[in-house]
Amino acid sequence: MLQEIAEGLRLALTLDLRLWEIVALSLEVSLSAVVLATALGLPLGAAVAVGRFPGRHAVIVLLNALMGLPPVVVGLLVYLLLSRAGPLGELGLLFTPGAMVIAQTVLVTPIIAALCRQAVEDAWREYEEQLRSLGAQGVSAALTLVWDIRFSLLTAVLAGLGRASAEVGAVMIVGGNIDGVTRVMTTTIALETSKGDLPLALGLGIVLISIVLALNAGATLVKEAAQRRYG
Amino acid sequence: MILPLRIRDLSFCVGGRAIIEPLSLEIEAGPSTIILGANGAGKSVLMRLIHGLLAPTSGTVSWNGGAPESVRRRQAMVFQRPVMLRRSALANIVYALKIAGVAAAEREAQAMQALEEVGLAPAAQRAARVLSGGEQQRLALARAWALHPEVLFLDEPTASLDPSATREIETVIRAFDASGTKIVMATHNLGQARRLGDEVIYLHQGRVVERAPVEKFLSQPATAEAAAFIKGELPWV
Repeated sequence: MLQEIAEGLRLALTLDLRLWEIVALSLEVSLSAVVLATALGLPLGAAVAVGRFPGRHAVIVLLNALMGLPPVVVGLLVYLLLSRAGPLGELGLLFTPGAMVIAQTVLVTPIIAALCRQAVEDAWREYEEQLRSLGAQGVSAALTLVWDIRFSLLTAVLAGLGRASAEVGAVMIVGGNIDGVTRVMTTTIALETSKGDLPLALGLGIVLISIVLALNAGATLVKEAAQRRYG
Repeated sequence: MILPLRIRDLSFCVGGRAIIEPLSLEIEAGPSTIILGANGAGKSVLMRLIHGLLAPTSGTVSWNGGAPESVRRRQAMVFQRPVMLRRSALANIVYALKIAGVAAAEREAQAMQALEEVGLAPAAQRAARVLSGGEQQRLALARAWALHPEVLFLDEPTASLDPSATREIETVIRAFDASGTKIVMATHNLGQARRLGDEVIYLHQGRVVERAPVEKFLSQPATAEAAAFIKGELPWV
Protein backbone atom coordinates (compact mmCIF):
# COMPACT_ATOMS: atom_id res chain seq x y z
CA MET A 1 0.00 0.00 0.00
CA LEU A 2 2.71 2.47 1.02
CA GLN A 3 4.63 1.49 -2.07
CA GLU A 4 1.61 2.27 -4.22
CA ILE A 5 1.15 5.68 -2.61
CA ALA A 6 4.83 6.43 -3.19
CA GLU A 7 4.54 5.40 -6.83
CA GLY A 8 1.42 7.57 -7.14
CA LEU A 9 3.31 10.55 -5.72
CA ARG A 10 6.21 9.86 -8.09
CA LEU A 11 3.84 9.89 -11.07
CA ALA A 12 2.22 13.11 -9.89
CA LEU A 13 5.51 14.88 -9.24
CA THR A 14 7.55 13.67 -12.21
CA LEU A 15 5.08 15.02 -14.75
CA ASP A 16 4.35 11.59 -16.14
CA LEU A 17 3.13 12.33 -19.65
CA ARG A 18 0.15 9.96 -19.61
CA LEU A 19 -0.98 11.38 -16.27
CA TRP A 20 -0.62 15.01 -17.29
CA GLU A 21 -2.52 14.55 -20.53
CA ILE A 22 -5.42 13.33 -18.43
CA VAL A 23 -5.07 16.24 -16.01
CA ALA A 24 -4.94 18.73 -18.88
CA LEU A 25 -8.11 17.35 -20.48
CA SER A 26 -9.91 17.40 -17.13
CA LEU A 27 -9.05 21.03 -16.59
CA GLU A 28 -9.94 21.95 -20.15
CA VAL A 29 -13.38 20.33 -19.88
CA SER A 30 -14.24 21.58 -16.40
CA LEU A 31 -12.94 25.12 -16.93
CA SER A 32 -14.84 25.43 -20.23
CA ALA A 33 -17.99 24.19 -18.53
CA VAL A 34 -17.56 26.67 -15.67
CA VAL A 35 -16.96 29.58 -18.06
CA LEU A 36 -20.16 28.67 -19.93
CA ALA A 37 -22.10 28.04 -16.73
CA THR A 38 -20.97 31.41 -15.32
CA ALA A 39 -22.00 33.17 -18.53
CA LEU A 40 -25.44 31.59 -18.19
CA GLY A 41 -25.87 31.29 -14.43
CA LEU A 42 -24.60 34.69 -13.26
CA PRO A 43 -27.04 36.81 -15.30
CA LEU A 44 -29.81 34.34 -14.53
CA GLY A 45 -29.12 34.47 -10.80
CA ALA A 46 -28.83 38.27 -10.82
CA ALA A 47 -32.07 38.64 -12.79
CA VAL A 48 -33.98 36.39 -10.40
CA ALA A 49 -32.46 38.24 -7.42
CA VAL A 50 -33.38 41.73 -8.60
CA GLY A 51 -36.43 41.05 -10.78
CA ARG A 52 -40.01 40.85 -9.55
CA PHE A 53 -42.17 38.60 -11.71
CA PRO A 54 -44.89 35.99 -11.23
CA GLY A 55 -43.50 32.57 -10.48
CA ARG A 56 -40.29 33.98 -9.00
CA HIS A 57 -40.53 31.84 -5.89
CA ALA A 58 -41.03 28.72 -8.00
CA VAL A 59 -37.90 29.59 -10.00
CA ILE A 60 -35.89 30.01 -6.78
CA VAL A 61 -37.09 26.66 -5.43
CA LEU A 62 -36.30 25.02 -8.77
CA LEU A 63 -32.79 26.53 -8.90
CA ASN A 64 -32.04 25.41 -5.36
CA ALA A 65 -33.35 21.93 -6.09
CA LEU A 66 -31.31 21.67 -9.29
CA MET A 67 -28.14 22.30 -7.27
CA GLY A 68 -28.43 18.71 -6.18
CA LEU A 69 -28.86 17.19 -9.64
CA PRO A 70 -27.29 13.70 -9.70
CA PRO A 71 -24.46 13.75 -12.28
CA VAL A 72 -25.45 10.37 -13.73
CA VAL A 73 -28.96 11.64 -14.45
CA VAL A 74 -27.55 14.73 -16.18
CA GLY A 75 -25.24 12.42 -18.10
CA LEU A 76 -28.15 10.26 -19.15
CA LEU A 77 -30.25 13.23 -20.31
CA VAL A 78 -27.38 14.75 -22.30
CA TYR A 79 -26.62 11.28 -23.69
CA LEU A 80 -30.20 11.01 -24.94
CA LEU A 81 -29.99 14.49 -26.49
CA LEU A 82 -26.70 13.80 -28.25
CA SER A 83 -27.17 10.15 -29.24
CA ARG A 84 -27.52 9.37 -32.94
CA ALA A 85 -31.33 9.23 -32.71
CA GLY A 86 -31.59 12.19 -30.34
CA PRO A 87 -32.62 15.75 -31.25
CA LEU A 88 -28.99 16.93 -31.35
CA GLY A 89 -27.60 13.67 -32.75
CA GLU A 90 -26.58 15.25 -36.04
CA LEU A 91 -23.91 17.31 -34.30
CA GLY A 92 -21.94 14.11 -33.70
CA LEU A 93 -20.82 15.27 -30.27
CA LEU A 94 -21.37 12.10 -28.29
CA PHE A 95 -18.13 10.61 -26.87
CA THR A 96 -16.19 13.86 -27.47
CA PRO A 97 -14.87 16.40 -24.96
CA GLY A 98 -17.58 18.72 -26.31
CA ALA A 99 -20.27 16.43 -24.95
CA MET A 100 -18.53 16.40 -21.58
CA VAL A 101 -18.46 20.21 -21.51
CA ILE A 102 -22.20 20.29 -22.26
CA ALA A 103 -23.02 17.79 -19.51
CA GLN A 104 -20.94 19.62 -16.90
CA THR A 105 -22.41 22.97 -17.97
CA VAL A 106 -25.90 21.58 -17.35
CA LEU A 107 -24.76 20.26 -13.99
CA VAL A 108 -23.02 23.44 -12.82
CA THR A 109 -25.24 26.26 -14.18
CA PRO A 110 -27.92 25.80 -11.47
CA ILE A 111 -25.25 25.81 -8.76
CA ILE A 112 -23.73 29.08 -9.95
CA ALA A 113 -27.16 30.61 -10.62
CA ALA A 114 -28.54 29.68 -7.19
CA LEU A 115 -25.46 30.86 -5.27
CA CYS A 116 -25.28 34.11 -7.28
CA ARG A 117 -28.98 34.68 -6.73
CA GLN A 118 -28.47 34.50 -2.98
CA ALA A 119 -25.41 36.77 -2.98
CA VAL A 120 -26.95 39.37 -5.29
CA GLU A 121 -30.24 39.36 -3.38
CA ASP A 122 -28.47 39.98 -0.06
CA ALA A 123 -26.49 42.83 -1.59
CA TRP A 124 -29.57 44.26 -3.30
CA ARG A 125 -31.34 44.49 0.06
CA GLU A 126 -28.49 46.68 1.26
CA TYR A 127 -27.99 48.80 -1.88
CA GLU A 128 -31.47 49.10 -3.39
CA GLU A 129 -32.67 52.33 -1.80
CA GLN A 130 -29.35 54.10 -2.27
CA LEU A 131 -29.05 53.10 -5.93
CA ARG A 132 -32.65 54.01 -6.67
CA SER A 133 -32.23 57.32 -4.88
CA LEU A 134 -29.23 58.07 -7.11
CA GLY A 135 -31.34 57.18 -10.13
CA ALA A 136 -29.68 53.88 -11.09
CA GLN A 137 -32.18 51.32 -12.23
CA GLY A 138 -32.69 48.12 -14.17
CA VAL A 139 -29.69 46.60 -15.90
CA SER A 140 -27.38 49.47 -14.93
CA ALA A 141 -28.17 49.00 -11.23
CA ALA A 142 -27.75 45.21 -11.52
CA LEU A 143 -24.36 45.60 -13.21
CA THR A 144 -23.19 48.02 -10.52
CA LEU A 145 -24.26 45.52 -7.88
CA VAL A 146 -22.63 42.49 -9.52
CA TRP A 147 -19.38 44.39 -10.02
CA ASP A 148 -19.39 45.57 -6.42
CA ILE A 149 -19.73 42.04 -5.01
CA ARG A 150 -17.54 40.36 -7.61
CA PHE A 151 -15.26 38.84 -4.99
CA SER A 152 -18.19 37.16 -3.23
CA LEU A 153 -19.40 35.81 -6.55
CA LEU A 154 -16.00 34.17 -6.99
CA THR A 155 -17.08 31.73 -4.29
CA ALA A 156 -20.10 30.70 -6.35
CA VAL A 157 -17.97 30.16 -9.45
CA LEU A 158 -15.48 28.15 -7.43
CA ALA A 159 -18.22 25.95 -5.99
CA GLY A 160 -19.22 25.24 -9.58
CA LEU A 161 -15.66 24.39 -10.55
CA GLY A 162 -15.34 22.06 -7.56
CA ARG A 163 -18.49 20.26 -8.57
CA ALA A 164 -17.44 19.99 -12.22
CA SER A 165 -13.94 18.70 -11.59
CA ALA A 166 -15.05 16.19 -8.96
CA GLU A 167 -18.01 14.56 -10.72
CA VAL A 168 -17.58 11.28 -12.55
CA GLY A 169 -21.04 10.11 -13.59
CA ALA A 170 -21.88 12.64 -16.27
CA VAL A 171 -18.54 12.66 -18.09
CA MET A 172 -18.38 8.87 -17.92
CA ILE A 173 -21.72 8.48 -19.70
CA VAL A 174 -21.40 11.16 -22.39
CA GLY A 175 -17.61 10.90 -22.84
CA GLY A 176 -17.31 7.14 -22.78
CA ASN A 177 -13.93 7.22 -20.99
CA ILE A 178 -12.03 6.64 -24.26
CA ASP A 179 -8.27 6.44 -23.74
CA GLY A 180 -6.53 9.55 -25.04
CA VAL A 181 -9.78 11.19 -26.14
CA THR A 182 -12.26 11.56 -23.30
CA ARG A 183 -10.47 10.10 -20.33
CA VAL A 184 -10.35 12.57 -17.42
CA MET A 185 -9.08 12.35 -13.86
CA THR A 186 -12.23 11.06 -12.20
CA THR A 187 -13.09 8.47 -14.86
CA THR A 188 -9.49 7.25 -14.91
CA ILE A 189 -9.45 6.87 -11.15
CA ALA A 190 -12.64 4.80 -11.34
CA LEU A 191 -11.29 2.65 -14.17
CA GLU A 192 -7.74 2.11 -12.86
CA THR A 193 -9.02 1.27 -9.40
CA SER A 194 -11.28 -1.42 -10.81
CA LYS A 195 -8.35 -2.70 -12.91
CA GLY A 196 -6.09 -2.72 -9.88
CA ASP A 197 -3.60 -0.07 -11.16
CA LEU A 198 -3.61 1.79 -7.89
CA PRO A 199 -0.50 4.00 -8.41
CA LEU A 200 -2.00 5.85 -11.38
CA ALA A 201 -5.35 6.18 -9.59
CA LEU A 202 -3.61 7.47 -6.47
CA GLY A 203 -1.41 9.85 -8.46
CA LEU A 204 -4.47 11.35 -10.13
CA GLY A 205 -6.26 11.53 -6.80
CA ILE A 206 -3.35 13.49 -5.35
CA VAL A 207 -3.35 15.89 -8.31
CA LEU A 208 -7.13 16.33 -8.14
CA ILE A 209 -7.10 17.17 -4.44
CA SER A 210 -4.12 19.50 -4.87
CA ILE A 211 -5.87 21.41 -7.64
CA VAL A 212 -9.05 21.82 -5.59
CA LEU A 213 -7.04 22.91 -2.54
CA ALA A 214 -4.96 25.39 -4.54
CA LEU A 215 -8.06 26.94 -6.15
CA ASN A 216 -9.79 27.39 -2.82
CA ALA A 217 -6.68 28.77 -1.14
CA GLY A 218 -6.23 31.19 -4.04
CA ALA A 219 -9.83 32.33 -3.87
CA THR A 220 -9.60 32.85 -0.12
CA LEU A 221 -6.47 34.97 -0.55
CA VAL A 222 -8.12 37.06 -3.27
CA LYS A 223 -11.23 37.58 -1.15
CA GLU A 224 -9.22 38.56 1.91
CA ALA A 225 -7.06 40.97 -0.08
CA ALA A 226 -10.22 42.51 -1.56
CA GLN A 227 -11.81 42.76 1.88
CA ARG A 228 -8.78 44.63 3.21
CA ARG A 229 -8.61 46.90 0.19
CA TYR A 230 -12.27 47.69 -0.46
CA GLY A 231 -13.99 46.86 2.84
CA MET B 1 -37.90 74.91 -9.11
CA ILE B 2 -39.56 71.66 -8.08
CA LEU B 3 -40.95 73.20 -4.90
CA PRO B 4 -43.54 73.71 -3.52
CA LEU B 5 -44.35 70.06 -3.01
CA ARG B 6 -48.00 69.12 -2.66
CA ILE B 7 -49.04 65.94 -0.89
CA ARG B 8 -52.69 64.99 -1.19
CA ASP B 9 -54.42 62.28 0.89
CA LEU B 10 -51.21 60.27 0.99
CA SER B 11 -51.41 56.94 2.82
CA PHE B 12 -49.33 53.83 3.11
CA CYS B 13 -50.42 50.43 4.40
CA VAL B 14 -48.56 47.19 4.82
CA GLY B 15 -50.59 44.03 5.27
CA GLY B 16 -53.70 45.99 6.14
CA ARG B 17 -51.91 48.03 8.84
CA ALA B 18 -51.74 51.77 8.18
CA ILE B 19 -48.19 53.11 8.60
CA ILE B 20 -49.20 56.53 7.27
CA GLU B 21 -52.82 57.61 7.72
CA PRO B 22 -54.17 59.73 4.85
CA LEU B 23 -52.44 63.11 5.14
CA SER B 24 -52.10 66.27 3.10
CA LEU B 25 -49.14 68.62 3.34
CA GLU B 26 -47.53 71.41 1.42
CA ILE B 27 -43.78 71.87 1.68
CA GLU B 28 -42.36 75.19 0.57
CA ALA B 29 -38.88 76.21 -0.49
CA GLY B 30 -36.82 78.02 2.14
CA PRO B 31 -37.10 77.16 5.81
CA SER B 32 -35.69 73.77 6.78
CA THR B 33 -38.32 71.26 7.79
CA ILE B 34 -37.85 68.73 10.59
CA ILE B 35 -40.05 65.67 10.63
CA LEU B 36 -40.12 64.87 14.31
CA GLY B 37 -41.57 61.86 16.03
CA ALA B 38 -40.89 58.79 18.10
CA ASN B 39 -39.52 55.58 16.62
CA GLY B 40 -42.26 53.96 14.57
CA ALA B 41 -44.18 57.19 14.03
CA GLY B 42 -43.71 56.84 10.27
CA LYS B 43 -41.02 59.47 9.65
CA SER B 44 -38.82 57.33 7.43
CA VAL B 45 -41.76 55.94 5.50
CA LEU B 46 -43.13 59.42 4.89
CA MET B 47 -39.79 60.61 3.50
CA ARG B 48 -39.45 57.53 1.30
CA LEU B 49 -42.95 58.12 -0.07
CA ILE B 50 -42.09 61.74 -0.86
CA HIS B 51 -38.69 60.86 -2.37
CA GLY B 52 -40.35 58.16 -4.47
CA LEU B 53 -38.67 55.08 -2.99
CA LEU B 54 -42.04 53.71 -1.87
CA ALA B 55 -45.27 53.72 -3.83
CA PRO B 56 -48.18 55.12 -1.80
CA THR B 57 -51.25 52.99 -1.11
CA SER B 58 -53.34 56.01 -2.01
CA GLY B 59 -52.91 59.70 -2.65
CA THR B 60 -50.42 61.72 -4.65
CA VAL B 61 -47.07 63.44 -4.29
CA SER B 62 -46.81 66.22 -6.83
CA TRP B 63 -43.79 68.37 -7.36
CA ASN B 64 -44.08 71.72 -9.03
CA GLY B 65 -44.01 70.62 -12.65
CA GLY B 66 -41.41 68.67 -14.58
CA ALA B 67 -41.32 65.03 -15.63
CA PRO B 68 -40.82 62.46 -12.83
CA GLU B 69 -37.29 61.76 -14.11
CA SER B 70 -36.09 65.36 -13.98
CA VAL B 71 -37.76 65.83 -10.60
CA ARG B 72 -35.82 62.85 -9.23
CA ARG B 73 -32.55 64.39 -10.41
CA ARG B 74 -33.17 67.46 -8.31
CA GLN B 75 -33.56 65.63 -5.02
CA ALA B 76 -31.06 63.65 -2.98
CA MET B 77 -31.39 61.53 0.12
CA VAL B 78 -28.94 60.68 2.88
CA PHE B 79 -29.84 57.59 4.87
CA GLN B 80 -29.24 56.67 8.48
CA ARG B 81 -26.59 54.18 7.41
CA PRO B 82 -24.65 55.31 4.36
CA VAL B 83 -24.32 52.71 1.59
CA MET B 84 -20.99 53.01 -0.20
CA LEU B 85 -19.76 51.06 -3.18
CA ARG B 86 -16.53 49.08 -2.85
CA ARG B 87 -14.38 51.71 -4.49
CA SER B 88 -12.62 54.91 -3.44
CA ALA B 89 -14.40 57.82 -1.79
CA LEU B 90 -13.84 59.89 -4.93
CA ALA B 91 -15.11 57.11 -7.22
CA ASN B 92 -18.31 56.86 -5.20
CA ILE B 93 -19.13 60.49 -5.99
CA VAL B 94 -17.99 60.12 -9.60
CA TYR B 95 -20.43 57.21 -9.91
CA ALA B 96 -23.33 59.34 -8.65
CA LEU B 97 -22.41 62.10 -11.10
CA LYS B 98 -22.25 59.61 -13.95
CA ILE B 99 -25.78 58.36 -13.17
CA ALA B 100 -26.93 61.97 -12.98
CA GLY B 101 -25.67 62.49 -16.52
CA VAL B 102 -22.72 64.79 -15.80
CA ALA B 103 -20.17 64.81 -18.65
CA ALA B 104 -17.23 62.45 -18.07
CA ALA B 105 -14.64 65.20 -18.27
CA GLU B 106 -16.23 67.20 -15.45
CA ARG B 107 -17.02 64.42 -12.97
CA GLU B 108 -13.72 64.17 -11.16
CA ALA B 109 -13.29 67.89 -10.56
CA GLN B 110 -16.85 68.21 -9.27
CA ALA B 111 -16.42 65.17 -7.04
CA MET B 112 -13.19 66.57 -5.60
CA GLN B 113 -14.89 69.88 -4.91
CA ALA B 114 -17.66 68.10 -3.01
CA LEU B 115 -15.09 66.18 -0.93
CA GLU B 116 -13.39 69.46 -0.06
CA GLU B 117 -16.73 70.87 1.01
CA VAL B 118 -17.09 68.19 3.71
CA GLY B 119 -13.39 68.11 4.62
CA LEU B 120 -12.72 64.70 3.12
CA ALA B 121 -10.35 65.72 0.31
CA PRO B 122 -7.36 63.96 1.98
CA ALA B 123 -9.34 60.69 1.98
CA ALA B 124 -10.30 60.91 -1.72
CA GLN B 125 -8.36 57.83 -2.76
CA ARG B 126 -9.17 55.71 0.30
CA ALA B 127 -11.69 52.90 -0.01
CA ALA B 128 -15.08 54.28 1.00
CA ARG B 129 -16.05 51.27 3.07
CA VAL B 130 -13.00 51.39 5.32
CA LEU B 131 -13.71 54.99 6.38
CA SER B 132 -15.20 55.51 9.85
CA GLY B 133 -18.97 55.79 10.29
CA GLY B 134 -18.78 59.56 10.61
CA GLU B 135 -16.53 59.87 7.57
CA GLN B 136 -18.83 57.66 5.53
CA GLN B 137 -21.79 59.82 6.46
CA ARG B 138 -19.85 62.94 5.45
CA LEU B 139 -19.03 61.17 2.20
CA ALA B 140 -22.74 60.48 1.72
CA LEU B 141 -23.36 64.20 2.21
CA ALA B 142 -20.58 65.05 -0.26
CA ARG B 143 -22.18 62.68 -2.77
CA ALA B 144 -25.46 64.52 -2.29
CA TRP B 145 -23.69 67.90 -2.44
CA ALA B 146 -22.11 67.06 -5.80
CA LEU B 147 -25.60 66.55 -7.25
CA HIS B 148 -26.65 70.12 -6.29
CA PRO B 149 -30.11 69.00 -5.22
CA GLU B 150 -32.91 71.45 -4.75
CA VAL B 151 -34.25 69.30 -1.92
CA LEU B 152 -32.15 67.16 0.44
CA PHE B 153 -33.85 64.45 2.49
CA LEU B 154 -32.02 63.27 5.58
CA ASP B 155 -33.24 60.22 7.48
CA GLU B 156 -31.81 60.33 11.02
CA PRO B 157 -28.37 61.07 9.58
CA THR B 158 -26.59 61.11 12.95
CA ALA B 159 -28.53 58.40 14.80
CA SER B 160 -25.61 55.98 14.83
CA LEU B 161 -22.80 58.52 15.28
CA ASP B 162 -20.90 59.86 18.29
CA PRO B 163 -21.23 63.52 19.36
CA SER B 164 -18.16 64.82 17.53
CA ALA B 165 -19.12 63.12 14.26
CA THR B 166 -22.65 64.45 14.80
CA ARG B 167 -21.30 68.00 15.07
CA GLU B 168 -19.38 67.60 11.80
CA ILE B 169 -22.46 66.29 10.03
CA GLU B 170 -24.59 69.13 11.37
CA THR B 171 -22.03 71.64 10.11
CA VAL B 172 -22.33 70.21 6.60
CA ILE B 173 -26.13 70.22 6.81
CA ARG B 174 -26.00 73.92 7.77
CA ALA B 175 -23.80 74.59 4.74
CA PHE B 176 -26.41 72.88 2.54
CA ASP B 177 -29.08 75.06 4.11
CA ALA B 178 -26.99 78.21 3.57
CA SER B 179 -26.44 77.31 -0.09
CA GLY B 180 -30.19 77.37 -0.66
CA THR B 181 -30.97 73.65 -0.63
CA LYS B 182 -34.26 72.84 1.03
CA ILE B 183 -33.60 70.54 4.03
CA VAL B 184 -36.18 67.94 5.01
CA MET B 185 -34.85 65.91 7.91
CA ALA B 186 -36.35 63.17 10.03
CA THR B 187 -35.11 62.96 13.60
CA HIS B 188 -36.27 62.10 17.08
CA ASN B 189 -33.60 64.29 18.62
CA LEU B 190 -35.08 67.52 19.98
CA GLY B 191 -31.69 69.22 20.31
CA GLN B 192 -30.93 68.53 16.69
CA ALA B 193 -34.37 69.78 15.65
CA ARG B 194 -33.68 73.04 17.45
CA ARG B 195 -30.15 73.40 16.04
CA LEU B 196 -31.04 72.70 12.41
CA GLY B 197 -34.76 73.26 11.98
CA ASP B 198 -36.94 76.22 11.17
CA GLU B 199 -40.23 74.39 11.34
CA VAL B 200 -41.37 71.08 12.79
CA ILE B 201 -43.85 68.59 11.42
CA TYR B 202 -44.70 66.35 14.35
CA LEU B 203 -45.74 62.84 13.38
CA HIS B 204 -47.54 60.51 15.77
CA GLN B 205 -48.71 57.03 14.79
CA GLY B 206 -48.71 57.89 11.11
CA ARG B 207 -50.59 61.16 11.48
CA VAL B 208 -49.40 64.77 11.32
CA VAL B 209 -50.41 65.96 14.76
CA GLU B 210 -48.82 69.38 14.72
CA ARG B 211 -46.89 71.71 12.46
CA ALA B 212 -45.24 74.79 13.92
CA PRO B 213 -42.08 76.91 13.94
CA VAL B 214 -39.47 75.02 15.91
CA GLU B 215 -39.15 77.41 18.88
CA LYS B 216 -42.89 77.63 19.29
CA PHE B 217 -43.24 73.86 18.98
CA LEU B 218 -40.66 73.21 21.66
CA SER B 219 -41.82 75.88 24.12
CA GLN B 220 -45.58 75.78 23.61
CA PRO B 221 -46.69 72.56 21.93
CA ALA B 222 -50.32 72.81 20.93
CA THR B 223 -51.23 69.16 21.29
CA ALA B 224 -51.06 66.73 24.19
CA GLU B 225 -49.10 64.17 22.12
CA ALA B 226 -46.40 66.68 21.21
CA ALA B 227 -46.23 67.99 24.77
CA ALA B 228 -45.83 64.45 26.06
CA PHE B 229 -43.12 63.68 23.50
CA ILE B 230 -41.22 66.80 24.46
CA LYS B 231 -41.47 65.96 28.13
CA GLY B 232 -39.87 62.67 27.29
CA GLU B 233 -42.89 60.67 28.20
CA LEU B 234 -44.07 57.68 26.24
CA PRO B 235 -47.57 58.54 25.04
CA TRP B 236 -47.79 55.44 22.84
CA VAL B 237 -47.56 52.99 25.73
